[in-house]
Order: sequence, then structure tokens, then C-alpha cells
Amino acid sequence: MQNYFSLFQLPQQFDIDLALLNTNYRVIQTESHPDRFVTATSAKKLSSMQIATTANEAYQTLKNPANRAIYLLKLQNIDAISETNTVLPATFLMQQMEWRETLEDAKQAKDINALNLLLSEMRAETARLQANLVDVFDKKHDLIAATDATRKLIFIDKVCADVSKSIATLEDNL
Amino acid sequence: MALLQISEPGISTAPHQHKLAVGIDLGTTNSLVATVRSGLSSVLLDEYGHALLPSIVQYLANDDIIVGHEAQVQQSLDPQNTILSAKRFMGRGLKDIGDYAHLPYKFVDKDGMLQLETRAGAKSPVEISAEILKILKARAEQTLGGELVGAVITVPAYFDDAQRQATKDAARLAGLNVLRLLNEPTAAAVAYGLDNASEGVYVIYDLGGGTFDISILRLSKGVFEVLATNGDSALGGDDFDQRIFCWVLEQLQAIGAKVTPLNASDTRMLLTKAREAKEWLSEHMSAQITSVLSNGEVVNLTLNSQVFMGMTQALVTKTLNPTRRAMRDADLNIEDVKGVVMVGGATRMPQVRKAVAEYFKQELLTNLDPDKVVALGAAIQANTLAGNRSENELLLLDVIPLSLGLETIGGLAEKVIHRNSTLPVARAQEFTTYKDGQTAMSIHVVQGERELVSDCRSLARFELRGIPPMVAGAARIRITFTVDADGLLSVSAREQTSGIESNITVKPSYGLSEDEITTMLKSSFEKASFDKESRALAEAIVDAQSILEAINSALVQDGDVLLSAQELAAIEAEMQALRELTAKTDSHAITQAVNALNHATEAYAAKRMDVSVNKALAGQNLNEINL
Repeated sequence: MQNYFSLFQLPQQFDIDLALLNTNYRVIQTESHPDRFVTATSAKKLSSMQIATTANEAYQTLKNPANRAIYLLKLQNIDAISETNTVLPATFLMQQMEWRETLEDAKQAKDINALNLLLSEMRAETARLQANLVDVFDKKHDLIAATDATRKLIFIDKVCADVSKSIATLEDNL
Repeated sequence: MALLQISEPGISTAPHQHKLAVGIDLGTTNSLVATVRSGLSSVLLDEYGHALLPSIVQYLANDDIIVGHEAQVQQSLDPQNTILSAKRFMGRGLKDIGDYAHLPYKFVDKDGMLQLETRAGAKSPVEISAEILKILKARAEQTLGGELVGAVITVPAYFDDAQRQATKDAARLAGLNVLRLLNEPTAAAVAYGLDNASEGVYVIYDLGGGTFDISILRLSKGVFEVLATNGDSALGGDDFDQRIFCWVLEQLQAIGAKVTPLNASDTRMLLTKAREAKEWLSEHMSAQITSVLSNGEVVNLTLNSQVFMGMTQALVTKTLNPTRRAMRDADLNIEDVKGVVMVGGATRMPQVRKAVAEYFKQELLTNLDPDKVVALGAAIQANTLAGNRSENELLLLDVIPLSLGLETIGGLAEKVIHRNSTLPVARAQEFTTYKDGQTAMSIHVVQGERELVSDCRSLARFELRGIPPMVAGAARIRITFTVDADGLLSVSAREQTSGIESNITVKPSYGLSEDEITTMLKSSFEKASFDKESRALAEAIVDAQSILEAINSALVQDGDVLLSAQELAAIEAEMQALRELTAKTDSHAITQAVNALNHATEAYAAKRMDVSVNKALAGQNLNEINL
């Protein structure tokens, strides 16, 4: 295995065939899962455990768009998370702050509808960013732009997670 | 001349021979054993034709132990030596069991796991469970006419590491080779999935005697992929009995009957009556509860289903929160669910079925016996694992129910493996030393979703010693968590620069209170904002202490050389201000003081950097320079 993409026989790019990823993940697990080696030697058990563990890690990395983008950059020796050279545009940061404010207001008002609306708005933005990632990673090979878009995606994912958590809290206390 | 090969006695060389393997549902109330024969999974019966073995163990005066129906008869007569629902105590300390004062047992608090004092001595829940497993093993070997290759034992999906480990220990104590610990809802899905050749997303709602699990699975071409699991490891049919029991006492008190104090026999007897009434009400509109207490008080009450539903509504609702959370974790909507499978005897109650059907807006799947479906699925998996070829090659991809993490400075839990990660999983995280010259590190492994260690379940503590003395933050300690296909954790730690290593398999150690284990996940959502504040404070204090430590050691080295008396005094004043703030609880003020101190030491830091660079340029080895 050279990297997670080659493990699943996928081209090393942002736009991947998720159905093929699913199929190949299952093929690998069917062959390597520890359940297949319950009565085998301990050496075989160990290697089964290692392959199955790597396959799980690789699958989770490629399945999630943000993780996939981070991983693609890592393969180019770029650490998207600690990347401090690039500054995100002010408009994006403003947008971020607006979302955070909307989140706080809706939480205060216990307004689940507003939270769901915010979530779908952010999901639409996520979809736009993913389309942009296909463009900059796969077509333009512009790693600087890709790093920016990846960082934005990480930011939005974090806010999305907070919104989901707030919805969960409100729903549980209904 | 070729040598003739002779096999070891009892081990067959015939490759096609069917290996005897069973699935065991070790339940809170009842236990079962099943196996696959001629391609079909079936539950094995005892000599009287019973499938269910009541999970009850009685210790007799003559050292005999009786299990099951015979012990059940004795429960009111010999309550202290007749143990019910031992599963509720597996992997638990006394302080994890909230209402133990009402139970008719003498508890012994032991480090890690409680014990029960019987006339045969103190017994751990592991030993008691092993007695049940021994009976089922004997039943299987007698029926199948041979020694078992191994068994799949089922556990609630929401069991934590300590509870799983205890279950595996009980099986080994009973002389069973454990092929795999299998989550109960996953086992049920196997029984259903293969029966119905299903594809798509299925929800397994499993309300047993003492535990509640919800699992969401995607079934596709023989692969059962668990997408999310949630639950409550202290909620089950027993709680519905308890509600009826309390209602009976209230009714008796209302008519002036003397019911306090209630002795152990009366308690056990009324709980049994309560269970019978609950079961009766699943098919009838009202139940009669009649009995005579040992003080002569007569019990003669009628409980109608309306009243029963009213008093248990909160319990039913309590199962829907984990259900919602699991759906959210799986990122699915109600419309995505193709079928909802009902598992566990408690799902016979009409109010439970109604609530679940309403939530998922569809008819429920109840065509398999909810008491047997887990054992039937476990048997199918046991058959596959033992290596018996079957036409339906299936693969189960299960997940870990609760996040695993480590305690970091400030009492914070740093998650290393997140809940709902597919097994097997391994993840490493690097940590560093906090103080200059630190040579040992105490590693505390916890499980749960909350941000503070004190709110999570403590699984183990161990020490990594022999770290070479270095400046704070220079050591690189890599801690690896590995969770195998049984859902059991092992942890290893390694100091990267020296190779010092430490390995442990996590065994149950400390406990946490009843509240915490039953509501661990729930409260992590409710108290998210509180956690955030306490986390912010803890982090601010850690930041403050490390910057104070760093500046202190720098000042000791070259403060008097590089700084004027005035500069030194200014820095020391900022340090003192920060030290005073760390004793208080205002995280914002601490952060401001840290910033102020950073600002005050900027020039000093620049000077130190210059000195270091100059030394390096002068040909000294960079590694020797302490920046």
C-alpha cells in the first residue's frame, strides 16, 4: 500500500467514486477482518488485525470530505490544520461570525427551526466548497487555493458540529 | 516410507466435520443457548423443554449451587443467597449501583468490582454469571453430543470496557472458549437479516430486562455495518416492575396497611407479582395483584393498563433520547429506515411498541420471538467464526459505543478514539512532559463523552517510568489505544526519543456513580455549556502554569545577565499577578494576564533567541542549545 487511495484502488484526487470506495472497503474487510481468523495462528491474527485497522482508518479518512482534503494535502507535505501562512479572507471570517451569532441567538431562544435552517444554509456552503475543492485540487492543481478551501471546510464542519449538538440538546429537553 | 499421522485424542482430522459452536445470550433476566444445525439456527431446550434459563443463582448450605427455575422458586424464601440480575453488577463497583439499599443482598465493596456475601462466601458477579454459563454449556454439550469448539457470548452494545471484560472473564471461568463478544442488537440483526434477505438501513430497538440498546445498521450483500449505537446500560424491564412495586406500596399505604419496614422476602415477592402483572397487561386490559405479606397484611389490587401506561410513560420516553442521538450520529432521517426490529422481552409491552412505531412512522418487525432472537443470531455468528462453511457468508462490522480517552493536565479528558468508530481500531496520540526533568508520567485511561475526567468512567491507571530528563515539552510520548473486534481495549505507551515502553490490557479499576454511568452520554449534551466553561478555566490554568514554569526556568538560567533590575521587576510583577489569578475561577482574566505576561517578556525572549543563534553560528551543536 502506497497510500489510502491506492489501498482502495482509487485515483489520488478529491473527486472520488464513493460507491467504489464502499465496495472496495467491504472487499478488504471481507478478506482481512479478525472474524475470518478466529481459529488461525496468532501471527495471522495479528496481521489481520493490522490490515483491518488500517482499512478502517483509511475508509474514514477518504469518506469524509474534510478529512480527505486534509489527507491529500498531507501527501503533499502540507499541514492544513497548523497552516498559518495563509490568512482566510475577511468576508469568510465575517460569515463565520454571523453563523456563530445566529447559533447563539437560536440557542438562547431555544429555536430548533432556526438551528435547522442554519444547518441547511451551512450544508449548502459545504457543497459549494466541495465543488470548489474538485476544481482546485483535480483540475487546477492549485495547492494554495486547495489549502484555503480545506481550512474553510474544517471551520464550517466545526460550526456544523456545534449546531447539531445544540439541536440535540434542545430536542432531548423537549 | 511415509509416516502415519495420528491426531490428538478428541481432535478430528476430518476437514469437513461440523464444529460444535454455540451462541449464548447471557441476559439480565433470562439466558439462552442456541446453535446452527443443518443450516438452521435453533434454541436448545433443557430436559423439561424450557428454552429460557432464568438468570438466577442460589448458593445452598451444602455447597451446592442451583441455577434457573429451581432457584427462581427460592427467591422469596432465601433472598440473600439467591442472586437475580447479576448482569447489572458486572464490571461495577458498589458506588455505581444507585439503589442497592433496596436490594436484598449483602454487598461487599471491592476495588474494581463489588461482591455479594452469600452463605458460600463472597461471590463476584463474574463468578455468579459463570454458574449460569456452566449450565448452558452443559446443556449444549449434552444435546449436541460433544465438546464445544467455542461460543459467541452476547453483551449489550452499550456495555463499556469493564463490563465486556467481566463478561469474557465469566465465560472463561465457565470453561468456554470465547470466539467473540457480540453486541446483542447486532446479533438480532443477523437473525433477522438472514431470515429476510434484507438490504438497507435497519434499526434494532433492544429493551431487555436491565439494559437498553439502540443500533442502526446498514445491511448490504452479507455485510452488516453498524453505523451508530447508543443506549442506557441501566434501563430495562426491571424498571417497569419497580414502578408497579412502588404503586402497590402507595395503594397499600393509602388504605392504611402497614408496609414499612418491608422485609427482603416481601420485597422479592411483591417484585415478582409486579413482573407478573406487567406481563399480563401486555395481553389484557387489567391485572389482579393478590398476596399476603408476612405481617398478615392482605394485598388485593387491580391495575388497569391505562394506569400502568401512565406510571411508565417516562421510562418509555427515556428510550427515545438515545434513539434520536443514534439517528443523528448515523446522519440519517426517519425516511431512510427500512425496518425497525424489536428485541428483548420488554418490547412486548404495547406502550413501548406504540411509542417506537410512532417515532419511526412505520410498522415494527416482531415476527421473531424477542426473547430468542439474540441467541439465534449469536449462534449463526458462532457457526461462521468456528469455520463451518455456510452459504451465507456474512461479515459484521461493529463499532465502539463510548469514546476512549486520556486524562490530561487540568482534569480534562482528551478523546483518542471517538464513539461509533468501526472495530478494530487503533489510534495513537502524542503527549509531552509538563515539567523540566520529568521522568515519569501517570497515564489515566477513561471512557465516556464528557469533557472532564471526573465525569467519565475511569478504566485504568498506569505509569510510564524512565523517561530521560528533558526540558518540559521536549519528550515525545506516543500512547496507542487498540480496540479489538470484541470491543476490548489495550493501551501501550512509548517515549519516542528513548524507546521506553509500557503495555497494559485495561482491566476494570475505579468506578463512577450511578448517575454518571446511566446518563453519561445524555448529560454530555445537556451540560455542554457548563463543560465548556470549566474546560476553558482548566485550560487557562494549564496555560498559565506552563508559561510561569517556562519563564521561571529561563530567569534562573540567564535572567540576571540579560535583564536590567527594572525589566526583571516588571516581569516578576506580571508573574505574581498571574499566579494570584490561577487560584480564582475567572478564565477570561487568566487569559488576559497570560497575554500581558507574554507581552512583558517579548524583548527578553528575543534576547535569548539572539544568544542561542549566536552560539549556533559559533559552531556549537544545535541540539545542545536550550532555546
